[in-house]
Amino acid sequence: MTTSSSAEHPTRRDFLYVATGSVAAVGAAFAAWPLISQMNPDASTIAAGAPIEVDLAPIASGQAIKVFWRGKPIYISNRTKKEVDDAINTQLSSLPDPQTDAQRTKQGHEQWLVVIGICTHLGCVPIAHEGSYNGFFCPCHGSVYDTSGRIRSGPAPTNLPVPPYEFVSDTKIKIG
Amino acid sequence: MSGHSTFEPTNPVIKWIERRLPIFGLVHSSFVAYPTPRNLNYWWTFGGILSLMLGVQIITGVILAMHYTPHVDFAFKSVEGIVRDVNYGWLLRYLHANGASMFFIAVYIHMFRGLYYGSYKEPREVLWILGVIIYLLMMATGFMGYVLPWGQMSFWGATVITNLFSAIPYVGESIVTLLWGGYSVDNPTLNRFFSLHYLLPFMIAGVVVLHIWALHVVGQNNPAGVEPKTEKDVVAFTPYATIKDGFAMVCFMIFYAWFVFYMPNFLGHADNYIPANPGVTPAHIVPEWYYLPFYAILRAIPNKLGGVVAMFGAIIILAFLPWLDSAKTRSSRYRPLAKQFFWIFVVVCVLLGWLGGKPAEGIYVIAARVLTFYYFAHFLIILPILSRIETPKPVPNSIADDVLAKGKKAMASIAVMLAVGGALFIGGAQDARAAEGAPTPPSLKWSFAGPFGKFDQPQLQRGLKVYKEVCASCHSLSYVAFRNLADPGGPGYNTAQAAAFAEEYKVKDGPNDAGDMFERNGRPADRFPAPFANENAARAANGGAYPPDLSLIAKARSYDRGFPLFLWDVVTQFQEQGPNYLVALMTGYEDTPPKGFELPAGANYNKYFPGHAIKMPKPLSDGQVTYDDGSPQTVEQYSKDVTAFLMWTAEPHMEARKRLGLQVMIFLIVFAGLMYFTKKKVWASAH
Repeated sequence: MTTSSSAEHPTRRDFLYVATGSVAAVGAAFAAWPLISQMNPDASTIAAGAPIEVDLAPIASGQAIKVFWRGKPIYISNRTKKEVDDAINTQLSSLPDPQTDAQRTKQGHEQWLVVIGICTHLGCVPIAHEGSYNGFFCPCHGSVYDTSGRIRSGPAPTNLPVPPYEFVSDTKIKIG
Repeated sequence: MSGHSTFEPTNPVIKWIERRLPIFGLVHSSFVAYPTPRNLNYWWTFGGILSLMLGVQIITGVILAMHYTPHVDFAFKSVEGIVRDVNYGWLLRYLHANGASMFFIAVYIHMFRGLYYGSYKEPREVLWILGVIIYLLMMATGFMGYVLPWGQMSFWGATVITNLFSAIPYVGESIVTLLWGGYSVDNPTLNRFFSLHYLLPFMIAGVVVLHIWALHVVGQNNPAGVEPKTEKDVVAFTPYATIKDGFAMVCFMIFYAWFVFYMPNFLGHADNYIPANPGVTPAHIVPEWYYLPFYAILRAIPNKLGGVVAMFGAIIILAFLPWLDSAKTRSSRYRPLAKQFFWIFVVVCVLLGWLGGKPAEGIYVIAARVLTFYYFAHFLIILPILSRIETPKPVPNSIADDVLAKGKKAMASIAVMLAVGGALFIGGAQDARAAEGAPTPPSLKWSFAGPFGKFDQPQLQRGLKVYKEVCASCHSLSYVAFRNLADPGGPGYNTAQAAAFAEEYKVKDGPNDAGDMFERNGRPADRFPAPFANENAARAANGGAYPPDLSLIAKARSYDRGFPLFLWDVVTQFQEQGPNYLVALMTGYEDTPPKGFELPAGANYNKYFPGHAIKMPKPLSDGQVTYDDGSPQTVEQYSKDVTAFLMWTAEPHMEARKRLGLQVMIFLIVFAGLMYFTKKKVWASAH
């Protein structure tokens, strides 16, 4: 709406044009917001993503189950003594993404490993109790995780993330 | 799009592209340098407004399609999901639903402008016919869009309109089956209507391109109806027409926003908030207001095929207008007789629209027949005769002369425009619901009425208590989740209170690891559980009646306000028919029916219920629900409280809507003012 004619001589007319143009631009920007915001998760999706409780009692030692939270698979693994020891006794220097097993489990509940079962490479679901470390193995591109869900080899850059969770009782956790 | 371009780019990049694809030159010659007659009045801005509306409809429509599910079991639910849960979903849906009405208001003004100023005459016949094609496509699009929410009017509108084709001899039934993809309007019908509703706007956009192309070949008509002869007769499209169209668009948006933010359901039908039910036809089936004149023509002819032919003929006849009216003078301004008949024709169209919304009985049918005859006579008799016998007044020599002759007609023109525009659509907007012998419920004072109305939080809390302790034993509230109780603009509980409220309910979940369904305590994300497992269980427990879901009941009930009150309602934003009716219903029970009224067994007499015989026994009695806040524990108070609560469940984002509405209104008014002065400044050099 502004004309290029009188750039050197700002006049009242130019001011009016600039003001009108600016108001139009501001209006357009505000009008665009609802059109973008609607793409975010809606209220029912957010509500459905509330924390879930999982009963650990049926999970035998050496067994891993998969539950879903916010559409993501969560592995809950009741690790054997050997698996826990393997995880604890790993040299941090040999890890691409150094983290101790204690940092990835809850104190007093060391046999329980809770990780989001999504490969940090490109989002496939790794298979439990597979791979050379008997932890997780991602069949898509060959990432190998150990019994603590830490990346050991392959293209994945980081460890399997631990979701927010807490022990409600000895046999029950709340994820989220 | 017109002829050669004088566009000479200096930027090397633009030069490079321009040599290979002269798109900048095309835009420049079509929308910058394009000469427009300098005497165009504001009636000519509706072309731009229509482009704006097409854009708004496509953008909001594409977005709604991201959240909508075209399936008979989910369509109604997904629309409610959009309005309740999607961020700004209520805004997008109301923009789209009211946008359709605005689109038609603008197109009718655009068409009547063409009729008045003879814009269809040589050499603009093809331009005009393309316009008729756009109009037909718009009608098809609007109709299919109205089917998508899958409410009662959607379903029965789809049934009635598709059945029009059954009037075709021999192949009619087969065509209808083909349209339905079944033996009745059902899921395949909804699915294909969704697909076509998405497709047609892009076809409209395509024909609009042709329409504008044709326009730029022959040039715009103008109020004087004489072709531009010299440079003095025209001004450049940009900035002159651009700024003028822009100003008009902003004014139109103010009108649009009035409906979207303050009375979003005024132009719709209450019945469409009742989910589609193939077993029950609403008492009065009426199409959207923009089809009403043609609906009146359809019903005026007492023959199935004849009615359908007349209805489509009423639109098709427009395409032949350039040859029916052969007068050489274009503008009715210089045709004293044609001018008068034009206005009679406008009135006839408005009256036909009004009749289309009335029940097809008695005097209405006779009036519709007379007006239908006149509608066709206007094109087939009056215009051909006029073009032969009328002596036109002398037209100005040139557009420049015309501009000099008339100084200020713009203001009067705007006034007429608003008056006619308003009367045109409102003439049809009225609901056909007749009183059915029931008295009009008294208008009550509601805290949520008006542009600044808000819900009364303690009242909503009391209403929730009444619902929970009384209504909930028979009526579900399926679209409301416990978490909603903590939403802003609601009863004002916090999340912990909402969670505690949910805890008190048992909700069915499962299957568990053993494959069994189980009951657990409610969570905030759960919706209010229904009192009955299914409709049959509800009917069995309620003497054959099905207690309706109450989530939307405050918007799903209405009554006729009558002329001229409903016109005034647009100004006062009165839209509390639903709440008024609900209170009237709950307080309208009478122990003994009036003499001579035969009450069927198992029914109760209610003054305000249509037909008076209602299966629901008197639901409330004084002292039934205990209030902690000292409010009177009376049936009247209970009714008002639960009704306010149900208004909130029907329109949970009302407060956010009105708040945003105020901001938008202030912005648009300031912007319109700026546009007005900018327009004056720009045009100062042209006058």
